[in-house]
Amino acid sequence: MSNDNPSRPDEDLPTDEELGEMSRDELLRLGGKLDEVQIVEYPDPWPVKGTRAEKRAERVVAMWFGLAGLAGLAFVVVFLWWPYQYQPPNDPEAHFLYSLYTPLIGLTLGLSILGVGVGAIAYTKKFLPHEVVVQQRHDGGSSELDKQTAAAHLADAGGRSTIARRSMIKRSAGFGLGAFGLAAGVFALGGFIRDPWKDTENHEGLWHTRWQPENGEKVFLRRSTGDAHEISLVKPEDMEAGSMETVFPFRETDRHDEEALNEAMKSADSPVMLIRLRPDDATKVVKREGQEDFNFGDYYAYTKICSHLGCPTSLYEQQTNRILCPCHQSQFDALHYAKPIFGPATRALAQLPIAVDPETGYFYARGDFIEAVGPAFWERKS
Amino acid sequence: MSAITTPTKPSNAAERAANGSAKWTDDRYHLAGGLRRQMNKVFPTHWSFLLGEIALYSFIVLLLSGTYLALFFDPSMEEVQYQGSFTNLRGIEMSRAYESTLEISFEVRGGLFARQVHHWAALLFMAAIVAHMLRNFFTGSFRRPREVNWVIGVVLFMLGALEGFAGYSLPDDLLSGSGLRIMSGLIMSIPVLGTWTHWLAFGGEYPGTEIIPRLYTLHILLIPGLLLALIAVHVGLVWYQKHTQFPGVRRKESNVVGVRIMPYFALKGGGFTMIVIGVTALMGGLFQINPVWNLGPYNASQVSAATVPDWYMAWTDGLLRIWPAWEVYLGDWMIPSTFVPFMMGLPMLCGLAAVYPWIERRLTKDYAHHNLLQRPRDVPVRTSLGMMAITYFMVTLITAGNDVIADKFHISLNAMVWFGRIGLLVLPPLAYVVTYRICLGLQRADREVLEHGVETGVIKRLPHGEFVEVHQPLGPVDDHGHPVPLAYQGAPVPKRMNKLGSAGAPVPGSLLKPDPAEESVALARAAQEEHAAVESNGEVPRDGAEGNGEVSQQSEDERAGYGARE
Ligand code: HEM
Ligand code: FES
Repeated sequence: MSNDNPSRPDEDLPTDEELGEMSRDELLRLGGKLDEVQIVEYPDPWPVKGTRAEKRAERVVAMWFGLAGLAGLAFVVVFLWWPYQYQPPNDPEAHFLYSLYTPLIGLTLGLSILGVGVGAIAYTKKFLPHEVVVQQRHDGGSSELDKQTAAAHLADAGGRSTIARRSMIKRSAGFGLGAFGLAAGVFALGGFIRDPWKDTENHEGLWHTRWQPENGEKVFLRRSTGDAHEISLVKPEDMEAGSMETVFPFRETDRHDEEALNEAMKSADSPVMLIRLRPDDATKVVKREGQEDFNFGDYYAYTKICSHLGCPTSLYEQQTNRILCPCHQSQFDALHYAKPIFGPATRALAQLPIAVDPETGYFYARGDFIEAVGPAFWERKS
Repeated sequence: MSAITTPTKPSNAAERAANGSAKWTDDRYHLAGGLRRQMNKVFPTHWSFLLGEIALYSFIVLLLSGTYLALFFDPSMEEVQYQGSFTNLRGIEMSRAYESTLEISFEVRGGLFARQVHHWAALLFMAAIVAHMLRNFFTGSFRRPREVNWVIGVVLFMLGALEGFAGYSLPDDLLSGSGLRIMSGLIMSIPVLGTWTHWLAFGGEYPGTEIIPRLYTLHILLIPGLLLALIAVHVGLVWYQKHTQFPGVRRKESNVVGVRIMPYFALKGGGFTMIVIGVTALMGGLFQINPVWNLGPYNASQVSAATVPDWYMAWTDGLLRIWPAWEVYLGDWMIPSTFVPFMMGLPMLCGLAAVYPWIERRLTKDYAHHNLLQRPRDVPVRTSLGMMAITYFMVTLITAGNDVIADKFHISLNAMVWFGRIGLLVLPPLAYVVTYRICLGLQRADREVLEHGVETGVIKRLPHGEFVEVHQPLGPVDDHGHPVPLAYQGAPVPKRMNKLGSAGAPVPGSLLKPDPAEESVALARAAQEEHAAVESNGEVPRDGAEGNGEVSQQSEDERAGYGARE
């Protein structure tokens, strides 16, 4: 018989003939001894045969397995034959049946596997001996023998290869491997690198948005009606005092360009809040230096993109003239160039210069914002 | 034990086939010895050791349900017009990613169930990881030689949160888009490299069309691969180094007392796996989660009220809400205020957690090997630090819902923000002090019982009129009948008479009628005899209870600090 465990001397071990004579119990204990495992308690859970308690335990386990089986079959039936297709609520009965589909398959599938699991645990608790077994650990460092022989092996490998004294080889190998490492790193990242400052002059970059006029063409304020094809521009008289409307940039030349229209609505620096102050509030307005003529009468346009982390600041409180961002509750004062008055935001919302087109009577942007909109970044100066 | 003593010759075909294939395998792979060693391996049992197992099993559920979803999900950012069966959204422009999430929810049979199972399993996975982490922290299992597994655990938590974030960003609905929007801002907040990193990740300005397909690759390949590899190493190390155990009867630093892998642990573990799968299936079916069809597709100009990420990320959102508006300007450059709480703060917090074993070692000078766990009360400083961290976490988590709380309870939002700001500074230290006191109180209560015995609730009047409470000694008594004080060994001490069995046991039987008395008596007697036989043949001395010299007695000042040094 081979001995895989060098720490146990062979003379303790039975010969093959002796093994043949041993009972299963003796073999089990022998195996334990080899692995330094000692079974201290190994009680028969049902030392008296055929008691009512034992039969009941058996029934409990079988009941769980049986439940699992029934639930599994029920799952198959429900999965295949219950109406699973969405039904709108205007047909209450069909909608009700549909809305039971997911709960029912969850219930049946869940119970089928849960039943097997609970049955298995119940079986462990009721029928496996509640053993108490002790095993020795042997953690911590290796034996001196193992340590020294292993160290000698490594030292020998190093010594015999003579690498220790060949510094030219070491240096050149370091160079080769290092250069490959660099190459691999460049390869891994290279494809991802884009220059954020390549498009500083147009809306692809951080400084500008789609409100920037191109070729002298006016950029109008367009509201979203839910229908992408319906172009609805904003006139001063459309808005009541104390109201707010979200608007997006629109150029006449884009009118039939599906993609450009879509881009203008979707791009994340486009949304602007157009606010019409109540006349008596408008008298209290404090304007920011350099933005004195950005408003049109009582109409003020601020970017909807929060200066904190870019959520849409979508709550305009008419009573207090406060603009609230629902993400982290920054609050901005619409009467005070939308400067932050509470919460984590540090900078005012950028203001869009607006005017009314004398020909059409619609609002348009006289130019782009004069600062980057949205979250802060290293390169912005104010 | 007679059932296992008689070897039998293979009698039926199944047994012969099993023997045949066992021989076939062993002839080729030389397995028997190694297999026996693994089956003989002993695992200690304690309910708290199941927490890590829950994390493992819910990860399996994630792999299965996620693979299923991946077969239907399409991460494309292509613009499409929805024409599916969910009537409310028909005709709406949306990304293909969002459309395919709707398809999984409405068109695929059982698809909604798979999505919900996947999401619930993710929440359970993270909850189990955190609970498991706390258990390891409070019992000191991270001490030498298990520091590396602690560090791996911290990395698993971070990767799990990242995986979850990538996952819930995929459907491109209004909520997930807001989360991504915030992440974009946070990436930009990194000094010097922020914009470059953002362009690297998003391929341009937010949102672009590249981020969701990229997150998809991270979510279904890269991060799960890393998680799988780290989980394998983590569990492998537990196996190799052997599990820790609480002090108790027979238990020493040098052994493991418990059950063997085969049969007990394997069967129990298998059953428990199925229970975890079953519970996630029930949750996925019965409880709705993330109904993305109610939110609509992502749109930069809209946001849904109460925008909060899943709980394992929500606390970072809470921190962002209460961080003061401090911005640093450096000539032509600036450091955004959001950099400190997130991109700088998060790695620092996780780093602090990761190196905690070494911090504690510095403070306690405890360089010893530890296989016995500690009770939290015995290490008041660590326990109090842990409660401090939990309090910090809870304040930020509550703050992440401060708008909802303000709305529901009619509190001013600004008051909630100030509660968060002040609470974050005041409550964690308070938690420290309170926990520290409680730990000392519990230690004293343990020693009280060991010195005087268990309070019986019986009041005795002495001849001279004095009233005394009768105590039940736990060990020997001296000549006057006073208990001989026992040493505290780091194990639970019984505090009530019921724990000593004074209330007896319920009569065995079904709900309706008791079992025949003679059967119950016979069973009890047989069990007792078996137990007595073990005690008397003395295979293993029951040295734990009498003091084995390895669980050292603590001095007064050790009790007040980090606990025993070995
Ligand atoms: C190999 C493993 C995984 C695969 C293949 C996978 C796959 C997927 C796929 C395709 C989706 C998008 C479909 C949908 O949202 O309905 C998804 C969503 C998600 N995943 Fe995973 N995932 C895996 C692991 C994980 C892990 C480990 C976590 C968490 C720690 C996680 C958390 C999420 C979450 C929260 C969602 C959003 C679910 C929702 O729509 O409600 N996933 N996953
Ligand atoms: S994004 Fe507006 S407050 Fe944070």
